[in-house]
Amino acid sequence: MIHILTDLIYAIAATVWDVLPIALVIFGFQLFILRKPIPNLKKILTGFLLVLLGLGFFLEGLQAALFPLGRLMAQQLTDPVFIAGDDVGRILQWWDYQWVYLFAFAIGFSTTIAEPSLLAVAIKANQVSAGSIGTWGLRIAVAIGVAIGIALGVFRIITGTPLYWYIISGYVLVLAQTMFAPRMIIALAYDSGGVTTSTVTVPLVAALGLGLASTVPGRNPLLDGFGLIAFASLFPIMSVLAYAQLSEWRNRRSNKPIT
Amino acid sequence: MKSLKVVWISLFDSLRDLLPIIVVIGFFQFAVLQQPIPNFGEIAVGILFVVIGLTLFVQGLNMGLFPIGESMANAFASKGNIFWLLCFAFALGFGTTIAEPALIAVADEAAIVAANGGMIENSPPSLNSYATGLRLTVAISVGIAIMIGVFRIVMGWPIQYLIVVGYLGVVIMTVFAPKEIVGIAYDSGGVTTSTITVPLVTALGVGLASSIKGRNPMIDGFGLIAFASLTPMIFVMGYGMLV
Repeated sequence: MIHILTDLIYAIAATVWDVLPIALVIFGFQLFILRKPIPNLKKILTGFLLVLLGLGFFLEGLQAALFPLGRLMAQQLTDPVFIAGDDVGRILQWWDYQWVYLFAFAIGFSTTIAEPSLLAVAIKANQVSAGSIGTWGLRIAVAIGVAIGIALGVFRIITGTPLYWYIISGYVLVLAQTMFAPRMIIALAYDSGGVTTSTVTVPLVAALGLGLASTVPGRNPLLDGFGLIAFASLFPIMSVLAYAQLSEWRNRRSNKPIT
Repeated sequence: MKSLKVVWISLFDSLRDLLPIIVVIGFFQFAVLQQPIPNFGEIAVGILFVVIGLTLFVQGLNMGLFPIGESMANAFASKGNIFWLLCFAFALGFGTTIAEPALIAVADEAAIVAANGGMIENSPPSLNSYATGLRLTVAISVGIAIMIGVFRIVMGWPIQYLIVVGYLGVVIMTVFAPKEIVGIAYDSGGVTTSTITVPLVTALGVGLASSIKGRNPMIDGFGLIAFASLTPMIFVMGYGMLV
């Protein structure tokens, strides 16, 4: 119990260290370039303090509870003995990995829902759009994108196909969707690619990628273990654009007079 | 009394955000792997910490990060000096990326990959200088990305034109970059944007778009993060070609 508390203090100290350059930039520009006092300085400093404490607790909690278990699980699920079942020693095909695909999908979805930076963007988008973009709608759309992306990324590691095939076809699809999507959503959709992968998703997904790349025959963990994050930041763009197109299409249909 | 109720509601919200992970891990542990949960007490404390942390973070977001981002955007817009605005954008992008722990981890791994591929000598000093160079490269690329993104908001250009150029850059660099670096480069786009950067940068963009006349915060205000996750891919592949 004691070590959790000392670890917590370390986690908060590490967060302070991360925030230092940001605070320097903000207060430096405020003092020397803008030369204006910060409105509500006390409230803003309290806010910064809460963010620091919050991230410290958040990271330490993840370290103590979820990451060790998630990593262990990724190892166990990718273990050839588990995948082959009773028939040990046979050559595994890509369809033998059903549990791994399901785990990839589920962990991609659930970690994205808990991702604090996505929550921040969803709150902002809800405010700016005056409520027409729901925080849950956006978060679920992004989470589905990440889930599909990571499941496909796992398929890529198992089959050993080159990463850039997927990414470049993804780009083509994103650009095609951009032509038809409502203008209002485009910038937000592009943003949702970058915000999905931070504190919660990256460590768990990286463990899955490395576990697979080191157990699937013929894969090199250093070369094939990477790439899952790239999938997780490309697919939400598509799913958010698709979500916007779908809701626009439904609106148009319900507005159409019944003939 | 009222504030206590607000605290309860936000704690409950955080618990709900966390619930999917708990369900997924529980399901795989019991139903698929059929194993008991080790150190149950520690895990319960950890989950409690995550819930408290998320609650405090959201409070701090609304009190600190969003208002400062917006008030600085307003101040820069009313000052009307684009040079300092662009400097600020670069400094914010660079400063938030250089200390990012996820980037430090990725840079160290990239150095090992480069050494295994025979691109650099496999000794601690050369590994170290490769990793440091890579971190600087990514931080500069994020600084440039935020700068371009802010300039786009000021000019009101549609985002997709710039994104197409970025995608083309990625595709062209993929053709020429050493094969070993491509996976890391693609991943580096995702790891640069940390939990503190995202709300600040989003508030900056939305604040700028709302204070400049003729800009729509919804169409023009978002998109800064998109650039910040695109340029590192191009720059990291460039770094792999040069070093």
